[in-house]
Formats: sequence, C-alpha cells, structure tokens
Amino acid sequence: MEILKTSMTELKQHIDNGDVSCEAVTSAFLEQTKKHNTELNAYITINENAIEQAHELDKRHKAGEKLGKLGGIPIAVKDLLCTRGIRTTAGSKMLHNFVPPYSSTVTEKMDEEDAIVLGKTNLDEFAMGSSNETSYFGPVKNPWDTTRVPGGSSGGSAAAVAARMAPAAIGTDTGGSIRQPSSFTGIVGVKPTYGRVSRFGITAFASSLDQAGPMANNVKDAALLLEAISGRDGQDATSANLPVPNWVESINTNVAGKTVGLLKECFEDGAMTDEVRKVVDNSLNILKDLGVKFKEVSVPAIDTAVPIYYLIATSEASSNLARYDGVRFGHRANFDEIPAENIAEFYARTRAEGFGEEVKRRIMMGAFSLSSGYYDAYYDKACRVRALLRKQYLEALEGCELLFGPVTTSTAFKIGERIDDPIEMYNNDIFTTGCNLAGLPGMSVPAGFSSEGLPVGVQLIGRHFEEQNLFDFGQALEDELKLSEVPSVL
Amino acid sequence: MEIDVKRVAQLAALKLSEEDTKLFAEQLPSLLGHFEKISLVDTGDLPPMVCPTDMHIEFREDDVIDWENAETAVANAPEKSGNLFKVPPVVG
Repeated sequence: MEILKTSMTELKQHIDNGDVSCEAVTSAFLEQTKKHNTELNAYITINENAIEQAHELDKRHKAGEKLGKLGGIPIAVKDLLCTRGIRTTAGSKMLHNFVPPYSSTVTEKMDEEDAIVLGKTNLDEFAMGSSNETSYFGPVKNPWDTTRVPGGSSGGSAAAVAARMAPAAIGTDTGGSIRQPSSFTGIVGVKPTYGRVSRFGITAFASSLDQAGPMANNVKDAALLLEAISGRDGQDATSANLPVPNWVESINTNVAGKTVGLLKECFEDGAMTDEVRKVVDNSLNILKDLGVKFKEVSVPAIDTAVPIYYLIATSEASSNLARYDGVRFGHRANFDEIPAENIAEFYARTRAEGFGEEVKRRIMMGAFSLSSGYYDAYYDKACRVRALLRKQYLEALEGCELLFGPVTTSTAFKIGERIDDPIEMYNNDIFTTGCNLAGLPGMSVPAGFSSEGLPVGVQLIGRHFEEQNLFDFGQALEDELKLSEVPSVL
Repeated sequence: MEIDVKRVAQLAALKLSEEDTKLFAEQLPSLLGHFEKISLVDTGDLPPMVCPTDMHIEFREDDVIDWENAETAVANAPEKSGNLFKVPPVVG
C-alpha cells in the first residue's frame, strides 16, 4: 500500500486491520510536507507532537482498544481554529505568537475521534480573501501550477490536500472559502448548513455566515470528516440541536428520476469562462445520462449577493475584530519612545500595525456601513435583501433535491493578477456567497480540467440540513468521472 | 459619494498611514458605490434577517464551570506583571 495514494477512509481501515501503524501514516504525510512545504507554503505551523500522538494511538490500538472514527488519521487544520498549545495565527501579524489556552469544538471532536492535528494551514488574514495572498505568512501556491493562487481563504488546507501533504483538512467558509479553493485545486470541499458545525473556538470573521467543513480527496472522506465534527454544542448557541446523520453509510448513488435545479442566472452568457462552462456542461450531461431530471429555477436577487455579502460580512467583522486591542493577547505597538496620548491612540496604533491592508479595508467598510446616518441604507438594507435572497433560494429548492452549477467564474488565476483590484476580487465570489447568506449547505466536487490542465469543480447546493443529497450526487459524479490526474508538483 | 475616511478610521480604531488614508479615500467610495445597487431592490415588508436558518436559540444553564488558572489566562499577554495584564501609562 502506498500511504500517500490511499484515501482517508481506506487508511482508517488499514489502521484498524493492523496493516499499517498510525505512526507510519503520520510520518508519511510529514515527509511529504517537508518535501513540498517550502515551495507551496501550505502550512504555517507543524504539530511537533504529531508523531508522539500517533505512537500513543498505536499503543492503545495494540492493547486492543477500538479507535474512534478518525483513529490515527493525521488531519490539517486551517489556522483559524484554536488548538490548545499549538500556535494559532489566523494568518495575521496580530496573532503571530498566539498560543490558545483552549481548543475549538471542531478540533476537540476530532480529538475525541482519535484524529491527529498534523499542522495548521495558511489562509488569507482572518479568512478575508479569495486568493490566499493576504496572509501575513506569504501566499500559498497552487500545486497544479505554482504561478497560480490556490484560492482562498482556506488555500493552505486546499493545497495541503491536493499535494497529499494531508489526507484531509478542515477549512472554513464565510463566502466560499472552502468551495472556491477546492475547485481551484481539484478536491472535494463541503460548507455545511449554518448551525451544523459549532463555531466555538474558530476565530470569528462574520458570525452569521461562518461555518467550518471538510476538504478531502473524495466524497466519502469528506462525509466521514463532517460526521466527526458536526453536532450540537452548548458553547455555540447557533449550533443546531439535530442528530448527525450517518452520511457515509447512507450514500446512495442511484440518482435516476431525481430533480435538480439549474439557476438560470448562473448559466447566462458570459457568467463563466468557456473553459469552466465546458466542464460544468460535461457533468450536467453525465447526470442527465444517469436519469436526473433538470428544471430551470431562478433567484433574481443573486446579482445582489456580492454586495450584500460584503456589507454584512464586513459589518460583522468590524465588530468581531474590535477585540484585538493589544491589551490581553496579540500584537501591541511599541510605546516606549512615543507614548500614546490616550487610550484610543493605544488601540489605533496597535491595530494599524497588527492588521494587513485587506483586513483594514474590510473593517473600514464595516464601520462605515454601521455608522450613524448610513446604517439604514447599507447594513440594514443588506439584511433585508438577504431575507429576500434566502426566500428566493428556498422557493428555488422547492421541488428539487438540490441546485447544480459552477463554483467559480474561472480557473485559478495568477498570483498578483487581481490583488490590486478589490472589486474584481470580490466579484469572483458571485456563485458561492449565496449559500452562506441563505445558510444552505454547498459542496464543490472535482469535475474536470481546463485545456491548461487546471482543475474545475462543480457546485451542489442543498436544502437546509440535507447534506445527504450533496454526498449522493457528489459520489455519483465522482464514480462516473473517475478523475485520476495528479498535480504537477507530485 | 464622499466618505470621511478619517472619521471612519476613528470609528474603526485604526491609525491609518497617509498612504492607506489616500488609498481608502479612493477605494471606499467606489466599492460602496458598487454595492449601492441593493437600494433598488424592493424587499416589501420582509424584516431584516440576521440568522440564516429557522433555529431555536438554546441557552446554556448559568452554571459555574472550572477553567484554567490565572497563569494560563495571562500567558499570551504582550506584557504582564505576575498574573496581571500590564499596559503602558496613558493619559486621557
């Protein structure tokens, strides 16, 4: 068995059967990381205790103990999730030396299922970005073409999984940050329904939109990882009190006769590049051949998704990021030579030094949208249009199992190509933000390649708490497409 | 539209460099102007939405839970004095 080429689900079986040790699996992925991380910059921090933890799990296993759902599997975690004792930076100078005294519920749950945190992956600063270029720790490179971005903000997680530097990873998705990098790097990424996964211990960006989810090399691995991290948590009042289904065992690829909605607005001329369109159409035809019925549906307010997303997300961010004041943790400006004249200056100088340009831009937009005299026309209006958008999505999903369409308008773009033009960068999120605004589950499934050999994913969007449909259709596509290409760096 | 960048920076608690002030003075009006198309959308009597699912928020019991010791709580402090957070003296 070649460890790096084996899926997470299979690795777990091999560990259970005693064919391979947890230590050997963790070592293999650490070796691969050593080999490629200098070039790809996918990890910010490696867990120095990973091998020791794997060794402990081997001891327990040898003693006859049955390991948990993720027993012995090393998993990469986006550096936005707090991990007790392991530095958690959020990709920011502000938190460059922050070692959390507690863990996020997601990583606690992974620990309960005997997974090992392999390391903390690079991301856009505070998850604000679509290209991974805003990280204080430098950009991540796309393993398929190192002159291109891996997408963002979970770009480190995506690159790590695509380059087999981890069998799977945790990402977070506020406006597409799991699905877009998954599409750009040819992996499976799931943004669960809002409330499915606890947000406790995840550095907050926009609390009404943030969700953590799995990023993996295949649909089954993603379903397994989501099973492990989902569920009600008393520490997050918005986490849903619903049982976590057994998605993996319930996967049913017989999709014949089922109805799928095609969002008219996503398929208009010029909505995506011809290269993306070719791959999307191919998957659509595959589903048709499998007996899926398609129905045109419409969400007319989708052209406002990017504006309302950026107004709401930045407003929430301006409030959430107010906690970074240099008093109890994080970066503090130096006041030895030029003392602060007042407490406001103490905060303002500290924050100006600790945050990068994109984070400042977003805090400024949010502060403006919430400010007296502008609140009604910006933040409040955005929340009303959001209600309309959600209503239209729910109506579109009546009578169909899910919506099918593109994840992104194009394939991965060049590093530096869009970083100086925020509007162009933000418009890139047109197909992904709707899911977050409406709280719906969404998934990116690898669907093919452009003529330049760059991966393209397709997006499946389900009804609230009906992730099973995403896994069923995703698996059906995966089985038919049988993609076997690997990134050029391998 | 015009935006008073200095006033917004004050609300955002950011001491912007001259360079950033100039950049945002150019960018913010065009970004927010781009977002203004939402004003044209008729939302009828829909109330503003703040939570995307129909969930019932459940509150925790108001119980005392043991946490770490004071040493852990101040471990990340930029400056500390014993188990206290230390800040430079500020006037005003």
